[in-house]
Amino acid sequence: MRLLRAGRWITSTALLLLAGVYVRALVYTPLERMQGAAQKIFYVHVPAAIWAETAMILVGLASVFYLFLKDPRLDRFAAASAEVGTVFAAIVLTTGPIWGKPIWGTWWSWDARLTLTLFLFLLYVGYLLLRNAVTDPAERARFAAVLGICGMVLVPFIHFSVYMFRTLHPMPIVLKPSAPSLPPSMLVTWLLSLGVFTLLYVGFVIQRYALSDLREQLEAAGDGGRGTGGERGDG
Amino acid sequence: MRLPEVVRHSWTVASKDLLIEFRSRTAIVSAAMFVILVLLVFTFARDPTAVAAVDLAPSILWVTLTFAAVLALNRAFQLELENQALDGLLLAPIGRSSIYLGKLLANLVFVGTVELIGVPLLALFFNVTVWPYAAPLALVIVLATIGFVSVGTLFSAMTVRTRVSELLLAVLVLPFMIPPLMWASRATGPLLAGRPLSDIIGWLKMLAAYDIVFVGLALLLFPATVNE
Repeated sequence: MRLLRAGRWITSTALLLLAGVYVRALVYTPLERMQGAAQKIFYVHVPAAIWAETAMILVGLASVFYLFLKDPRLDRFAAASAEVGTVFAAIVLTTGPIWGKPIWGTWWSWDARLTLTLFLFLLYVGYLLLRNAVTDPAERARFAAVLGICGMVLVPFIHFSVYMFRTLHPMPIVLKPSAPSLPPSMLVTWLLSLGVFTLLYVGFVIQRYALSDLREQLEAAGDGGRGTGGERGDG
Repeated sequence: MRLPEVVRHSWTVASKDLLIEFRSRTAIVSAAMFVILVLLVFTFARDPTAVAAVDLAPSILWVTLTFAAVLALNRAFQLELENQALDGLLLAPIGRSSIYLGKLLANLVFVGTVELIGVPLLALFFNVTVWPYAAPLALVIVLATIGFVSVGTLFSAMTVRTRVSELLLAVLVLPFMIPPLMWASRATGPLLAGRPLSDIIGWLKMLAAYDIVFVGLALLLFPATVNE
């Protein structure tokens, strides 16, 4: 319960800060010369994209450790991270077209990175579907771990493709080998937003983790309750 | 002595599957029919005056091969469902990796056979010249097939015991098939247009890297999908 409450606090704080970041982004950060107001979406889009991909890597890492340690907490974390990753991927896939319409002139283009974010989303949905399809908890955890690890390994291939295809997508301007080519005020806003999204991820994952923990406790208590009921009946 | 043993054991598993397949021939004939029908669907769904066949051929080839592979992949572990055959296989004194390699090999032979039927038919139906580029095209197809069959074999071991196994396998494996599919179809285009091999060497390298990574990974992960 305490964990759930902590998760709620972190999430609400992060949502408030997100509003704050947007005030800063809209009012105090200069307009981009070529893209105008549309560029503002970058402050949501890119942090969400970073976390959508990072969540997949964390799912994979938790899965690797799960297969070695067989600790159900790792499985619970992986499931939580995958659900939050799904949401973040959905954010990327909705904010992307909103930006794409004025800038590219089309809602959707089969651009490499866009396409591959879609696959990331599909990967998450597949992961959650597999979890739903398997009933035995231990088997579910093992299967999910296998898929999670494969998903994590697929991400670098996705990243490679970004550089191999001719793309309409703006090339990375912050996370690249050389220094970020962004005016300082924009960079600060972006970094703040990244911080807020990190907090959001943490908050959501903690809540989700606590929920599945509670559910398991409830199930255990349910079985226990039935057990004692039977004993009482016997007496 | 370890390596030959693995090879021998996996060949035993593979030959068992292939023998079952060869005796009944239902799956391979169905898969071949499926490929022919998909090619027909493409023939009638396209406007021959709008797009030149040679431009469309790589896409048609890879869509057809992907669908055929997804359908074929279910077969490997479905064979083991009857009479708890999988338990018997797991009790056999062979390593888990031999079982995986055996299944992979059988799947590769199966999908390879389907591809051997599909490619000439594509050349025939769409009037594409394939013969002069047969060797490099075969290389592209082999590399891509190893890539997605390796992942598919691993996943089918998991999905086969779930409720909606066929659909779930397709949903899980397609995101993994798409990168190799993309590279393979990008490589097939220049190839069929008569470009030199050096144009597609980058795609071939990507495909090879994908194969090595995912075959290795599947070998490591396979025990987790069958351990009781």
